[in-house]
Amino acid sequence: MSTSQVQTSATADAERLLAIADAVVDRATGNEQVEVVVVADRGTEVRVYNGDVESLSSADTAGIGVRVVDGGRQGFAWAGTLDADAVDAVLADARDNLRFASVDDFAGLAEPDGVTPPTLDLYDPAATDMPTADKVAMAIELERATYGADSRISGIESAEYADSVVLGVVASTTGIRSLSAESVCWLSVYPLAGDGDATQTGFGFSLGRRPGELDPAVAAAEAAQRATRMLGAVRPSTGRPTLVFDPWVTAQLLEVVGSTLSGEAVAKGRSPFADRLGELVAASSVTLVDDPTDPAAFSASVTDGEGLATRRNVLIDGGELQMFVHNATSGRRAGQASTGCAVRRGFRGAPGVGCTALSLLPGTLSQAELIAGIDDGILIADVAGLHSGVNPVSGDVSVGAEGLRITGGTLGEPLREFTVASTLQRILTDIDAVGGDLVWLPMGAAGVSLVVHDVTVSGL
Amino acid sequence: MSELVETDVVSDALGVALATGGDFAEVFVEDKASSSAYLDDGRVEELSSGRERGAGIRVVVGETTGFAHTADLSPEGLRTAARAAAAAARGGGGGVRVVALPNAPLRSVRDIGIDPTGVDKADKVALLRHADEVARARSGSISQVSAGYADSRRRILVANSDGTLAADEVVRTMFNVSCVATGDTGMQTGRESIGHTIGFELFDRYDVADLAARAAERAVTKLAARPAPSGQLPVVIGSGGGGVLFHEACGHGLEADLVAKGASVFAGRQGELVASPLVTLVDDGTMAGEWGNYGIDDEGNLAQRNVLIEDGILTDYMWDVLRSRAEGRPGSGNGRRQSYQHLPMVRMTNTYLLAGTSDPDDIIADTPNGVYVKHLGGGQVNTATGDFVFGMSEAYLIEDGEITEPLREGNLIGNGPEVLAGIDAVGNDFAMGPPGTCGKDGQGVPVGDGVPTLRVGALTIGGTAA
Repeated sequence: MSTSQVQTSATADAERLLAIADAVVDRATGNEQVEVVVVADRGTEVRVYNGDVESLSSADTAGIGVRVVDGGRQGFAWAGTLDADAVDAVLADARDNLRFASVDDFAGLAEPDGVTPPTLDLYDPAATDMPTADKVAMAIELERATYGADSRISGIESAEYADSVVLGVVASTTGIRSLSAESVCWLSVYPLAGDGDATQTGFGFSLGRRPGELDPAVAAAEAAQRATRMLGAVRPSTGRPTLVFDPWVTAQLLEVVGSTLSGEAVAKGRSPFADRLGELVAASSVTLVDDPTDPAAFSASVTDGEGLATRRNVLIDGGELQMFVHNATSGRRAGQASTGCAVRRGFRGAPGVGCTALSLLPGTLSQAELIAGIDDGILIADVAGLHSGVNPVSGDVSVGAEGLRITGGTLGEPLREFTVASTLQRILTDIDAVGGDLVWLPMGAAGVSLVVHDVTVSGL
Repeated sequence: MSELVETDVVSDALGVALATGGDFAEVFVEDKASSSAYLDDGRVEELSSGRERGAGIRVVVGETTGFAHTADLSPEGLRTAARAAAAAARGGGGGVRVVALPNAPLRSVRDIGIDPTGVDKADKVALLRHADEVARARSGSISQVSAGYADSRRRILVANSDGTLAADEVVRTMFNVSCVATGDTGMQTGRESIGHTIGFELFDRYDVADLAARAAERAVTKLAARPAPSGQLPVVIGSGGGGVLFHEACGHGLEADLVAKGASVFAGRQGELVASPLVTLVDDGTMAGEWGNYGIDDEGNLAQRNVLIEDGILTDYMWDVLRSRAEGRPGSGNGRRQSYQHLPMVRMTNTYLLAGTSDPDDIIADTPNGVYVKHLGGGQVNTATGDFVFGMSEAYLIEDGEITEPLREGNLIGNGPEVLAGIDAVGNDFAMGPPGTCGKDGQGVPVGDGVPTLRVGALTIGGTAA
C-alpha cells in the first residue's frame, strides 16, 4: 500500500469523527465558544508466559469531550461513548458547568494562526491489521529470545506485544478543524535474572509505527543485559562521584525540566525558572528542544491538543533560557501567541500546557567514550520514585537508583539501593558533557548519555 | 433497584462466550459518573463532568485469557464482545453451555449518604473558595493556592460461569489543597487531601479550612528546611502519615500474581518469619468509608479483611480469581480493575499496620539521632529485588531524642525484608492516612493505608547534606 493510500484510509475514518464534532460545534448559540475533541482508539495487547498466551485483549474505544467558553467562564464535560444521547448530555453538562466558574479575561479557545501542520508519516494500518497469530508469534519469540540471551535469565515477569491506532479530531467555533492519525506498536519484556539467592530485573523494548520495524532480538538482548549485569550488586558508599546518566534516565529528567518551562506554571508562580528568561540556566553544552514535528519521536504529532500545528521550539540554547511554552490561554495571559503546546489526556480533559517531544542537541561521544574519561564515578542505569522525590516547584531532586561503578574509565561492579540527590537548577549547570547517543524512548522525550558532577550519592 | 443489565441478557452473553469451549467466562458491567471542580490562582478555573459505561468480557481456556470490551450494553453488543473474547482465547471444543445464575445478585448494602450528584455545584465551588481564603490568610508567605473537589459514583454488575452474580455501588468524595510558599530560599510546597467512600457528608465530618491550614503550614515550615542528610539513619514514621511504607515494602510483594511468577522476594515464604514480631499487617476491603473500601470486588467476590503478616509471620498472600482457581483455594476479595476496559488483577485495598504498645513520645525520645517523617509522599517498589523508595513530604531531624529542624523533600530507599525485620518500635496511636491511588501494570485503583508511629532501625536518606 502506498503512503498516499494509507493517509487516505486514515482520513476517511477521521472524517467520520470530524462530522460528529462539527455537528456539536454547529449547536453553539449566542456568543458561546464551543470546542469539541473526539478520539477513537483501537488496539491489541498480547501477553505470553511460558511459551503460551497468558492474555489477549482487544480494545476499541471512542469518546468525546466538549469545552464551552462564554463570558470568560469555562466548562467541560466528556463521555466514553459517541452515542447521540450521551453527546447531547455532554454539551448540556459543559454549558451548565461553566455557570459556576470564575470569569477569566484570558479564557478562550485557540484560533487558527496560519501555521500549516507538518506532513508526517505517523499512521500505518498495518500496526493493527497484522493477523493475531503473527502478533502472538512475535510475543512468543520475544520471550524465547530473552531466555536464550543468557543462561542466568531465571524467569520472565511479562513479555508483551501491543499495538494501537489513535484517531483524533478537534473542531471549534473559532474555525479550528484538525485531524490526526497515529499508529504505534511495541514489544516489551521484563526478565528476572538469578544467581544463587539474588534476583535482579531488567527491561527491554522495541518500538515502531508498523510491526515490520519491531525486533524481538534487540529487546531481548537489552533486557537480558540490563538484568544480568546487576547480579551481585552491592551498595555504594555515600559521596559525590561523577555520574553518567543512561539515556533512559536523562529522558525522564528532561520530562521534569520540560514541566518547569510550562507558561502556565510560570504565570502561576510554580516554576523555579520563572524569572530566568534570557539567563544562563544550564551548562553551555545544553540545547533543549521540544519538537513533536520530528517523526522519529515516539510522541510525534501534527497538531496539538487545541488543533494548532505543532512546531519546533528551542527552549534552552547553549545554556541560555529562550522561551516558555504555551497553549492559547497561557499565551494570552503572557501577552503572546500559543506555541502549539496544548496537551490533553484524550477526550477526558480540557487542554493544559506542556512539552511532548523533548531532546537535547547531542554531542559527539559515545557512552563508552564518556565513561573512558571518568576515574571515579557511577553509570546510573535506572531511577525510581520520580513522582515522590522530584518537586518541580522547589526543584528538589532525590531519586532511588541502580547502576554500575566506573573506575579508571571502565565499568565495574553493579550497585543498587542508593539515592542520587541535587536540584534541577544545579543538575542543569553541573552537566559536563552531552553524549552523541540520542535515542527516542517511549515517553515525551529522547534520551542521551549525560555526564554530571556534584550530585550526592547516598548509600552506606 | 434496577440492574445495569438484565440477568437473562448477562446469562446469554456468558453462553455465547463459552459456545466454542472454555473453562471460565465472566461479564463485568460498569457505569461510572464523575464530577470535579478546580480552583487555581484565585479563580474557579473549571468544572468537569464525565460518564463511562460499558462491559468487559473474558473467557479463560487453560492458561489463556481472552478479553474484549464494549461500550454497547445491548444484548447484541454484549454478544459481539463475548464472541471477540472467545476468539481471543482460541476456544476449541464446542457445544452449548447454559450458565445458571441466581435470580437476584449478591449485593453489599451500604448507606451512601448524601449523593454528591444531587448536590448544588455552587456548594462544591464554595468549598474551594473557602479553602483558598483560609490558606492565603494563614501566612504572607503563601504565594499560590490550588484546590480540587471530586466525586464519583460507580455501579458494577459481575456474573461468571461458576454461577456468581453480584452487584455493588461505591460513592467516593475527595478534596485536596496545594499551596506554594515563597521565601528567601525559593519556593516550597504543601499538599493535603481527604477522601472517603462516602457522599457529600464528608464535609460534615471534615472542615476544608483545617485541611487548607495544614497544607499552608507545611509549605511555610519547609521554607526554613535544611537539606536532608545522606547515608543511613534510624527513621521514625508518624501516625497516619506513612502507610505507603508497607504498601511498598511488602504489600505489592504479597500479591499472588507476582508471587506465582517468582517476581516477589516473599515467594515461598508463607509460614516464615518475614518481619519483626512487632508487625501485624492487614489488608481490609471492608473498612467502611476508607478510600480502598468496596462491598464486592471487580470479580464478584465479597470484600474481606485479610491478615497478611501476624506477629512477623507471613500468613497469606492476596488473591484474585485466576490465581485462587489455579491453586484450588478460596479467593480473598482482592480482584480489582481500573475500569471495564481492563482485566482484573490482584490489588490491595486498605493496607495497615496494627497498633503496638509503645508511647509515640517515648519512641522519639529513645532515638538519639535520626529522621522523623511526619508525612510520606508516594513510593515505588521492585518486587523481585525488594528494593523500594518512598518520598518524605514533611520530615524533621531528630537530635538527642527531640524533633528539631524541618528537612527538604527527598526519597528514602530500603529493601523490603530488611526494613520489615528492622522495625524496632510500634506505637499505640494508630491512624489511617490520606487517600491514595495505587498504580500497577498501567492501572490505577483507589487504596487506603494506615500506621501508628513506628521506628525503622536504619533507612537510607536521599538527601544532599553530609
